[in-house]
Amino acid sequence: MNGKFLEIRNVSKIYRIGGLFRPTKIAAVDHVNLSLDQGKAQVLSLVGESGSGKTTLARMVLHLVQPTEGEIIIEGMSTGRRLNRSQMKTFRRRAQPIFQNPFESFSSRKTVDTYLFETARNILGAKTKAEAHRAVDEALVSVGLSAERVIGRYPNQFSGGELQRVSVARAMIPHPELLVADEPVSMIDASMRMNVVNLFKTLRDEFKVNILYITHDLSTAYYVSDRIAIMYRGNIVESGPSTAVLKQPAHPYTELLLDSVAKIGEKWHDVVRLPDMESKEYGYVGCKFAERCPYVRDICRKIKPPMVTTEDAREVLCFKLVNYENVEEQKVAT
Amino acid sequence: MIRIKNVSAYYKTVQGTVKATEDVSFEIFDNEIVGIAGESGCGKTTLMKAIYGNVESPMYIANGSIELEVEEFGEKKIIPNQEIHRYWWDHISYIPQASMSVLNPVVRIKDQFLDSYLRSEVRALGKQALLARMAAYLQELELPPEVLNAYPHQLSGGMRQRVIVALATFVHPKFVLADEPTTALDVVVQRGILTMLMNLQKQLQNTFVIVSHDMGVHYQITNRMVIMYAGRVVEIANTDVLFDRPQHPYTEMLINALPRVGDDHQRSGIGGRPPSLLNPPAGCRFADRCYLADAGCTQVQPELVEVEPGHFVACLKRAPETAASAPQSTWRGTASA
Repeated sequence: MNGKFLEIRNVSKIYRIGGLFRPTKIAAVDHVNLSLDQGKAQVLSLVGESGSGKTTLARMVLHLVQPTEGEIIIEGMSTGRRLNRSQMKTFRRRAQPIFQNPFESFSSRKTVDTYLFETARNILGAKTKAEAHRAVDEALVSVGLSAERVIGRYPNQFSGGELQRVSVARAMIPHPELLVADEPVSMIDASMRMNVVNLFKTLRDEFKVNILYITHDLSTAYYVSDRIAIMYRGNIVESGPSTAVLKQPAHPYTELLLDSVAKIGEKWHDVVRLPDMESKEYGYVGCKFAERCPYVRDICRKIKPPMVTTEDAREVLCFKLVNYENVEEQKVAT
Repeated sequence: MIRIKNVSAYYKTVQGTVKATEDVSFEIFDNEIVGIAGESGCGKTTLMKAIYGNVESPMYIANGSIELEVEEFGEKKIIPNQEIHRYWWDHISYIPQASMSVLNPVVRIKDQFLDSYLRSEVRALGKQALLARMAAYLQELELPPEVLNAYPHQLSGGMRQRVIVALATFVHPKFVLADEPTTALDVVVQRGILTMLMNLQKQLQNTFVIVSHDMGVHYQITNRMVIMYAGRVVEIANTDVLFDRPQHPYTEMLINALPRVGDDHQRSGIGGRPPSLLNPPAGCRFADRCYLADAGCTQVQPELVEVEPGHFVACLKRAPETAASAPQSTWRGTASA
């Protein structure tokens, strides 16, 4: 087996909410294991609804939030513990974020190149003006923009799609090995979305950047990713190659997600059940999806389901695949 | 029904007048779900505000009129735009964009419910009876009646949105306007809310106007669609017809812009960006992004032309001859007939 580029090992993040003396604990991320192989750059999509823990997990990978338990390793560099200043600097050069709303990530009173040059100086460590200029130019070209079009302009002079490309260019300045993009296209018009999504493909193929693509949109996830992980209430319920997962979902939640996409060409016919009070679900002992699952049996409510590895290299957190038997972990044929 | 005639709604800004919608005319019939689609900045929200009669500075109606036709005490009545605000909640209600955040976080849902119906005729029922009816109505919509006693922050985004829909449809208004009702929500919740809207419409037999930039949403729930681009209407058709044979190149591109699960085709977005509405071009506004456009398109403003019954297109390339030879068959012609 190859080495791992990114390894998320048994990571949990527990938040305490409400009450000074008896706070409720919520596991935003609950014992998650996930990895990306070394060698070939890949796009890994993390899909889930709001409150599934996908953003928390991404923030932990970026070292913005410390995990309560477990560790995250990026090619030998653990981000499970707090890093000191110089380690942090090295880390920032290797992993860069892209945020959801480009109009919020750039101040409307500064020209966008301010951010580009700051990144070149502070993170890449460009010493001279010429060096910084070269780095900014290169990054802008890599996202299909040019220095003349960008330098000296304010955010409101760009469309959402263009501005998001500028923020990808900013992230590309220190030549990172990993980009963590949290809902990068959800604020962008449908007509421009593909320009950004296609850019991720180009960066992966030409610049060998691994991309952690966080989204709730299954169609762009299917389009762009090599691997996909579906999250529900802090658990990864299904992960594996994206075509396999999305063409033949094994977990009932993945099925529900796929059914719920507002597709063109096929209308909905059955009704969908929504949870009443979602925060309750974090506290369930067994499967967190149990109350909404059409295949639920008693055992699902009592015991946490096993992580089942299927023959086509998928991992599924569900009793259904092991005929509702109480087992630890198992490999099954699909 | 709602008659929108040659409406131009502008905004006064420091840089000049932003012509957010220009010469928009169409009709919204009774008992249908109409979808309005287009990119951000195409004027869809402005048009909704105009229809709702919620015109506040810097926005103003420069031209045209909007009329609502309602039935009151068994009689048909035409309400002009300036009067619409008197009929809010009872006859027409509006679910604004990002409506999940319109609820006051420190006031219980029931008090916000009561406040909303302060001026409405149902207020005559009395507070307790009104609350009981609300609880019953929530149950009808499969929402737990306990939410009435909750504060908004205790509810999830999806639940808040469903409460807003309940609030907006409580007295069964004839027209419900919804601006991007599911944009910030997850797919499963989105589906739940859209199904709820569809069922409500079937039950109430009233008119819903849904604004969304998501063509999938429109495909799922609307009966008829209006496509807007840079402040103008470019295509109107029944939803099935529109997806089956879109005529305007912009509509085509909107439909094909996004990938689908299981489809491995390479997709590309629409290049370029919409023109500035401070100073819109003289010809077709889509011309510089259009693959069909030629020099003529940048000169002449295309009019809406009926290419088949109920299907209107504003494109010189796709609907040319009729535009020149038979002006009476344009949309405005049939509207005044």
